[in-house]
Amino acid sequence: MEFSEIMAIWWPDQAAVSAVIWVFVIILFMWLARTPAHRAIKSFSQIIRNAMRMAAHSVTALEKHLRQRNREVLLTSGMEETERYIEREFQRVEDVVTRDLSGYPSLQRELKDQITKIDDDYRKSAEVPPMPQNYIDAIDAVSKIEGNGDPMVTKILGEIQTTMKHNSEKEITEYRHSSKERHGLLKTMMPYWRNLSKTLESVEKKIVGLEDRSKVIDAQIEKYEQIMAKTNMAERILSSSSMTQFFTSGLVLIIALLGAYVNFQLIALPMSEMVGGASRLGPLRASDVAALVLVFFEIVLGLFLMEAFQITRLFPIISSLDDKLRKNMALIAFIFLFIFASIESSLAYMRDLLAADREALTQSLAGITVEAPEFRWITTIGQMTMGFILPFALMLVAIPLESFVHSLRTVLGMVMVFLLQSLAFVIRQLGSLASNIGHILLNIYDLIIFIPLKIEQSIGHKKKIKAGHEDESAISN
Amino acid sequence: MTKKISTLIVASLLTFLSGCSDPKSHATSVMLLLDTSGTYTQELSKAQSIINYILGTMTSGDSFAVARIDSGSFSEKDIVSKMTFDDRPSAANSQKRTFQQAINTMVSEVKSSTYTDISGGMLQAIDYLEETGAGNRHIFVFSDMKEEIPKGHIRDFPINFNGVTVTALNVTKLRSDNVDPREYMTRIENWRNKVESSGGTWRVINDLDNVDDLLGKN
Repeated sequence: MEFSEIMAIWWPDQAAVSAVIWVFVIILFMWLARTPAHRAIKSFSQIIRNAMRMAAHSVTALEKHLRQRNREVLLTSGMEETERYIEREFQRVEDVVTRDLSGYPSLQRELKDQITKIDDDYRKSAEVPPMPQNYIDAIDAVSKIEGNGDPMVTKILGEIQTTMKHNSEKEITEYRHSSKERHGLLKTMMPYWRNLSKTLESVEKKIVGLEDRSKVIDAQIEKYEQIMAKTNMAERILSSSSMTQFFTSGLVLIIALLGAYVNFQLIALPMSEMVGGASRLGPLRASDVAALVLVFFEIVLGLFLMEAFQITRLFPIISSLDDKLRKNMALIAFIFLFIFASIESSLAYMRDLLAADREALTQSLAGITVEAPEFRWITTIGQMTMGFILPFALMLVAIPLESFVHSLRTVLGMVMVFLLQSLAFVIRQLGSLASNIGHILLNIYDLIIFIPLKIEQSIGHKKKIKAGHEDESAISN
Repeated sequence: MTKKISTLIVASLLTFLSGCSDPKSHATSVMLLLDTSGTYTQELSKAQSIINYILGTMTSGDSFAVARIDSGSFSEKDIVSKMTFDDRPSAANSQKRTFQQAINTMVSEVKSSTYTDISGGMLQAIDYLEETGAGNRHIFVFSDMKEEIPKGHIRDFPINFNGVTVTALNVTKLRSDNVDPREYMTRIENWRNKVESSGGTWRVINDLDNVDDLLGKN
């Protein structure tokens, strides 16, 4: 039965009248079913709202849990990082102490020797021949006494005067000589003074260096204490640091990827000479796969080398290895890396030969006279050098990779928290929307049946008035 | 259970490797048919540059053959040169040089034939492409596409062009076409119907200066 037939069921010839009857029937039905319909709409919207509220509550709980977990991870990693930093600083201090200050006793002895020598020289320079001033004055006074004409006395006094003069001159000469000697001694003290000054300066530098290091350690210890106390400030600093690390290391990794791509391009063509240019692995050519494997293998070797040197700590098992074993591992990784770099360099040479051959063929096919380029050796050497250096350059990718991996956990956690927050908000809004839609539906329902409702209300009102009148008359009676 | 899963994984891996390591499905094979009838031999220098272009685009594992269209072309004798290029690029380059040399010799020594058995050449080409087993198959016909079959030769049967791209190159207009261009159009249309009705792809390229990506490799 079609819709038009159903519509015209009441009055087949008069569709409009039939439709009006339908409207009347529906309104009547809705008016009769008003209370259960209202209840159904209310409970349905309530159920949706409650379900949404519960879901939002669960998501919020999950978000809180994740936030807590992120905080713990962040603080733990921050703590580990700070511990590592402090450890390294102490290591540096220890190095300074072992290297420079371990020779402190000999330095002290050297300083003592220098001081003793300076002291001796100083003492020597201070020794002046005694000048018997009073005795000379007395003799001088005696020599100036007049002889009263006595030739004997005059002669004696003259001799005294001559002797006095002679002695005086001799003393002046001796004094000059001793002054010269003293100046000479003071002059010989100069290099000792300089040495002493230099030694003290170097000691000062070392002490100042240690002082600087101790300030850095103090700052790190303070940070460590904050992390240990799990303060919000520490969390904020660590989050911000993680974000910075994430973007910086991400940028460096992109550059490294471009480097790896250049490396791949350098060896892909000659690889086809080795493994064949026609065989394939899925959609990729086997030669391309081989070249990729070689590049990845070099990166992995680089990672191991950096781990073995304890520059990065991506693999705890390597860090925890015995020192000798770790050094052997570093040596093996380096030898392999060197061999791979050499292979790559030779592949780059082969690439140049193949490219030249292909170029010659293309020129010959195009009917151009083939001419060997004059400075082709420059590109050959350039390619070979690149082939040799790139594996070692890619080795350094381990450092940004470590930062990226560590910061990724924090950043992902933050993103997840944001997503969960958003999800909780959306769910809450949906619950609220369901509740509001329920209210709107109730109002629309009443709007559709407003005529019978109005009639019902007026009848009810009249009944109330009548009942009121009856009550009043009953009271007055 | 674990054993079953591991067997399944190994089997899938082997299937993947054996299925994907088939180099032929990615390879291209090309047969170029050269019309050596009448005055069309004068056009062969143009064909030479097209052959050189195709040689330049071929890579390891691809196959290329050049054959003459003469009085009876369904014959191996008409194949001037054919090669499947080596896996190693250096060896493939040497092969290309040899191929180029063979074509140069053929062009300098070619004699014009009385008849033009294009259908025979097409059959020969399809046979060759089938043999190579390549995934991308092309037939290039360097001809005016006017077929003239010797008496007694039967060529009026459908040819299976399924999966083959047929490209007519340098389809020159004959004197009679100038009198009635409908002849030219009908000739081209007949070949188009013949190729497309059996699942092939038909193309006509007359501007030989604009033949970029002729094999659809890029």
